Amino acid sequence: MCGIAGILRLRDPAPIDPNKLKSMLPPLSSRGPDGTGIYTNGPIGLAHARLSIIDLAGGTQPIHNEDRTVWVVFNGEIFNYVELRAELEAQGHRFYTHSDTEVIVHLYEQYGLEFVHKLNGQFAIALWDDPRQRLVLVRDRPGILPLFYHQTAERLLFGSEIKSLLPVLETKPHLNTFALDQVFTFWSAIGDATVFDGIKQLPPGHILIAEGERVAVHRYWEWSFAEPGSYLPGTVDELADQLLELMRDATRIRLRADVPVAAYLSGGLDSTALVALMCDQGVRPNTFSLGFADARLDETEFQIEAAKHFGVTHRAYRVNDAHIRNGFVSAVWRAETPFLRCAPIPMMALSGHAHRNDCKVVLTGEGADEVFGGYDLFKEAKIRRFWAKRPDSAWRPRLLQRLYPYLDLTSARSQSYSEAFFGSGLADSGAAFFAHAPRWQTTAQCKAFFSADTQARTTGDLLEGLAQQLPPDFSRWDPFNQSQYVEAKTLLANYLLCTQGDRMLMANSVEGRFPYLDHRVIEFANALDPRVKMHVLDEKYLLKRALGAMLPAGVLSRKKQPYRAPDSQAFAAGESLDWVEDALSSQRLKDTGYFDADKVRLLWRKVQAGRAMSAKDSMAFVGVLSTQVWHRLFVDGLSARDMSAHDVDAP
Amino acid sequence: MSVAEQVQKYILENILFSQDVSQLPMDDSFLEKGIIDSTGMLEVIFFLEETFQVKVADDEMVPANLDSVNKIAAYVARKKK
Repeated sequence: MCGIAGILRLRDPAPIDPNKLKSMLPPLSSRGPDGTGIYTNGPIGLAHARLSIIDLAGGTQPIHNEDRTVWVVFNGEIFNYVELRAELEAQGHRFYTHSDTEVIVHLYEQYGLEFVHKLNGQFAIALWDDPRQRLVLVRDRPGILPLFYHQTAERLLFGSEIKSLLPVLETKPHLNTFALDQVFTFWSAIGDATVFDGIKQLPPGHILIAEGERVAVHRYWEWSFAEPGSYLPGTVDELADQLLELMRDATRIRLRADVPVAAYLSGGLDSTALVALMCDQGVRPNTFSLGFADARLDETEFQIEAAKHFGVTHRAYRVNDAHIRNGFVSAVWRAETPFLRCAPIPMMALSGHAHRNDCKVVLTGEGADEVFGGYDLFKEAKIRRFWAKRPDSAWRPRLLQRLYPYLDLTSARSQSYSEAFFGSGLADSGAAFFAHAPRWQTTAQCKAFFSADTQARTTGDLLEGLAQQLPPDFSRWDPFNQSQYVEAKTLLANYLLCTQGDRMLMANSVEGRFPYLDHRVIEFANALDPRVKMHVLDEKYLLKRALGAMLPAGVLSRKKQPYRAPDSQAFAAGESLDWVEDALSSQRLKDTGYFDADKVRLLWRKVQAGRAMSAKDSMAFVGVLSTQVWHRLFVDGLSARDMSAHDVDAP
Repeated sequence: MSVAEQVQKYILENILFSQDVSQLPMDDSFLEKGIIDSTGMLEVIFFLEETFQVKVADDEMVPANLDSVNKIAAYVARKKK
């Protein structure tokens, strides 16, 4: 992986100051600790911080074409670079490195802006076409790698992380309250928004083209689905065979690296299947996983079983409440956004654990639940739709209990209360957000802690805004596919791959690779009849059919357990933390003005009392605290070390 | 303080994070007004069991008993008989 940054002058063609450009790189040092490079030419400046994984000696960026007219800096991997290079060489292109990066400039020469369709990989690319004086920014299809930009009439700034833009911004950052409203509903900002006012993300599957003073953003790939009647033909066995072949290839090309490739092994189906696919390719990966001191969250026994089965060297890292407290500030610094759950923090500890064991690249099972319909949310929506057809049925909602036997961990000892929760909005069973609405409504209750001022600024209808971003054929898709689409565009792209994914991996210079998010796999799955993805209430049915024979028996039969980490309860006891007291002091709350100080003080008192907390209160606490910390770090300009003596698992 | 007032105060401070009594009329439905979710309800049940020394059985955890301050107070009174 790596970090990229750059400056383009849109009006004034005066040369870029190399020192300004270089000032964008230190904040990216954990993404790219192995070297830096810059390119300046007239209105453009490109900068690169490198984590070397392919062509260790020769892959230094920026990289150019034969006559030095096309230049690129790039974060990510082009997994099919071997095939692309052979194709390009046959077309007469000459290469001067062995890196995957170099295929980008030649592909661009060959195909122009269409080059992006040739790429199989995860990438954030900045390419400068000197003869046309054109800057092209591209982000991969599902949104594995981040890319942010800030545009004024004068210039365009861009970078892999927002913190790389801050040294060259003219004004002090401030909070985008509209995006905060999104975070307190969807768990992240969505679309092109970030919580930094004036700073946008290039959305997944999009390309930005800046030429002269014109800057345009286009979508080049969409997470779209087949319509009823046009699903992929074939029996379940035939489709399972096709999927197995695809997964084999998606894994095979993700093993391309000049350093060893390891794997995260959670003990669930998806990551265990990946280890099986790696072994199938003749690779015995080192594996890493999280264990939790809290037995209800812990999956260690399944990890050990899987590791034994495949004969791989497994290293688990045990996380407790102190990790959550001590890693909190650092995680906000890495994520650059408030979050409502502490789940990113153990992922940062895990990448630290991998890093200390000399691991630079891991394969992870992220994405399988979105692509193949594994989440309980999809099942829940199916039951609720089934129930909605006969709202007076007494036994239909009882199916929900089969779905959440572990619910006594978090909620719902009482059937009638959970029925009331899941039953909300039953009349809207045809609505676009039917599956997600109950979750979003619960999360949005955290906004009760917003100050009157914040509430006055956040009166827009978020669901209406989201509905406007839906593609035109959305309404013709099966409801199951609609839920998958919404999940991919909200939680997956902006939270799981970003806040909990790339940012926590890159905190410790570890690159994640995601075979289930190979666009060929996504496109295959999106062409399937949804009934093959979830057979009655059997989730990831086709995936299990395709990969089941490779797995230890226990993995297939076990109940799916969602990944959870300790949340507000981690702050209940233990040492008193000055930075928490400071961030949640009445004075600090009044200074930032985001939240109702009196309410937050009562909430903090409740957390400290260590009593049972509702999911909503716990999310509100984590959300308020992370927003206050965000403000101290990014608006007040404190460093994570200034704020908290702890900085666990950041190198 | 009456049982109803104690319950109201507890819910105000610990669920609604407010000291303003007008925020929680005694007969407001928790479910309809979105005041308490299912884990919030568990907190209230722990509070009732601790404060009033009653044991809330699983089959008593229904809205008829617990869906407003006054319903809770009446339920506690029945249990204490």
